[in-house]
Amino acid sequence: MLAFLARRLAAMCGVLFCVLTLTFLLLRLSPGGPFTRERKLPAVIEQQLMAKYRLDGPLWQQYVDYLADVARGDLRLSTKYRDRPVRELLAQSLPVSALLGGTAFLLAVSSGIWLGSIAAIRRGTLADTGSMFVALGLISVPTFVTGPVLVLLFALHFGWLPAGGWTSPASLLLPALALAGPATASIARLTRTSLLETLEAPFLRTARAKGVSEGRVLYIHALKIALLPVVSYLGPLAANLLTGSIVVESIFNLPGTGSFFVNAILNRDVFLLGGVVLVYCVLLVGMNLLVDLAYSWLDPRIRLEN
Amino acid sequence: MATTAVSLRPGLWRRLMRRPAALGSLLILAAVLLSAVFLPFVLGSDPRQTSPETFVPPCGAHLFGTDLNGRDLLARTLEGARISLLVGCTGALVSLVIGTGVGMVAGYAGGRTDALLMRLVDVLYAVPRLILIILASFLLDPWLQQVLSGFQGGRWVGYSKIAILIVALGCMEWLTMARIVRGQVLSLKTLPFVQAARALGQGHVQILLRHLLPNLTGVIVVYLTLTVPAVMLDESFLSFLGLGVQAPQASWGTLLSDGAQALNPVRSHWWLLLFPATLMSLTLLALNFLGDALRDALSE
Repeated sequence: MLAFLARRLAAMCGVLFCVLTLTFLLLRLSPGGPFTRERKLPAVIEQQLMAKYRLDGPLWQQYVDYLADVARGDLRLSTKYRDRPVRELLAQSLPVSALLGGTAFLLAVSSGIWLGSIAAIRRGTLADTGSMFVALGLISVPTFVTGPVLVLLFALHFGWLPAGGWTSPASLLLPALALAGPATASIARLTRTSLLETLEAPFLRTARAKGVSEGRVLYIHALKIALLPVVSYLGPLAANLLTGSIVVESIFNLPGTGSFFVNAILNRDVFLLGGVVLVYCVLLVGMNLLVDLAYSWLDPRIRLEN
Repeated sequence: MATTAVSLRPGLWRRLMRRPAALGSLLILAAVLLSAVFLPFVLGSDPRQTSPETFVPPCGAHLFGTDLNGRDLLARTLEGARISLLVGCTGALVSLVIGTGVGMVAGYAGGRTDALLMRLVDVLYAVPRLILIILASFLLDPWLQQVLSGFQGGRWVGYSKIAILIVALGCMEWLTMARIVRGQVLSLKTLPFVQAARALGQGHVQILLRHLLPNLTGVIVVYLTLTVPAVMLDESFLSFLGLGVQAPQASWGTLLSDGAQALNPVRSHWWLLLFPATLMSLTLLALNFLGDALRDALSE
């Protein structure tokens, strides 16, 4: 167990290192610098600015310096939002994104499993075809269509919920719904397929023969095994929610990390981009680790290796 | 997933046609494709022609209304359909080549090659791929533009972003295909006909291409059908953020982004969102339905 964790942590550091290297080099090698404006700065001033942010000198020197700083936990200053540390910008925006992502995650997992189980248990009925049609629809309609439609309905037409911004807990509801939609659908489809397969397994017949109640057979015995593919999907799901949140945050005008990501690319704000990408990667890789741990807990036959 | 050898047998078409959902999806796709290709010639209206008539609601002269710059939304939606379908289909083809190649080699070679390739797939699943695609597509664009401007008098410069999108998205969406193909090859290569081919002295490349590939066409077609909507979604996602297809070119993503911005409590220009959104969702839904129906028909 400990050896497994240590190996995974080492692999995680490797992934972070590669992604950070790629980000830094791609952004530094692309044309245009962080201080390129419509009105050109005098060369001396630009040179001094570059020196201040330690973006002068040979590229590998800049890169090694930056990596050393990151390893020490210093994410440096943003070049666009002058003199504000990247760490501070992230500390302000990350709670918003995390709350949005976490709510959407819970919403997608709970309603997805619920929809999928109903469809599988009532196979062939109207409930089955209906919910699977809805699921396919939710996968096909992008969040940037459902988002504005939700705003149009619930904010502008009925006036029940705020259209955007970050004012009250109620302003979380619409974005979380829009974000959770496609994820709910994927989970529902996975749950249905897997539960249908499990329902034919002999161990359920044994359980029934022993006199276990039907509800217990379905929800305790069958669902626990049927959820394994769903659990392994949670890693990619976290990735989808993360990228989806960038769009949802822009639609609902939420002060989350997503807008920093897009703006940092447009402004060539290399340290802010590095910070955002680093945080995203840590979240994702951590999520995948949790999924692997949950997997071996749900099905003890699976041993943690590699 | 069936583990027996499944190719595109003649019966498949008949079984597919028995499903009303599959038939409907095919009809919708054919209609969208034909109108995207031919309707602009029939209508003759230029999607980039601006006019003083801004934000005209749908009427006889402009069936879909006009946008902020007085451009005809029908013509714009059709241009968007062309670009979105182009990116979706070619991007899926790129992913098909990579995914099938990696999957076949991993499954056939086995051992250390297999472990290495599948480890790579696992790692790529775990990193935020779309973010890397955004970085790559945004930052490689100026470079490709420079290359293209010296080629045939620069007529292809406007397409550099689209070309990068196609390749980049194709390089991202191959993971599932590789896993599925590998699984199929693992079971196929133990069958007698592969041993027979080897006994007859055929090389590895020949066995892969002439004997294994034809038996994989079924799964490949299914996942190709499911990859096209995935790539189209990714493209529209990037274009929505302003990082994909650039103005004056239009894709469904950029049209939807314009439509979402035109939505306000005072006067909602609903047609800017409704028409592109309906057309795009309908196309994606049809593709997903078709992929599902194909998969069911193959495992019947």
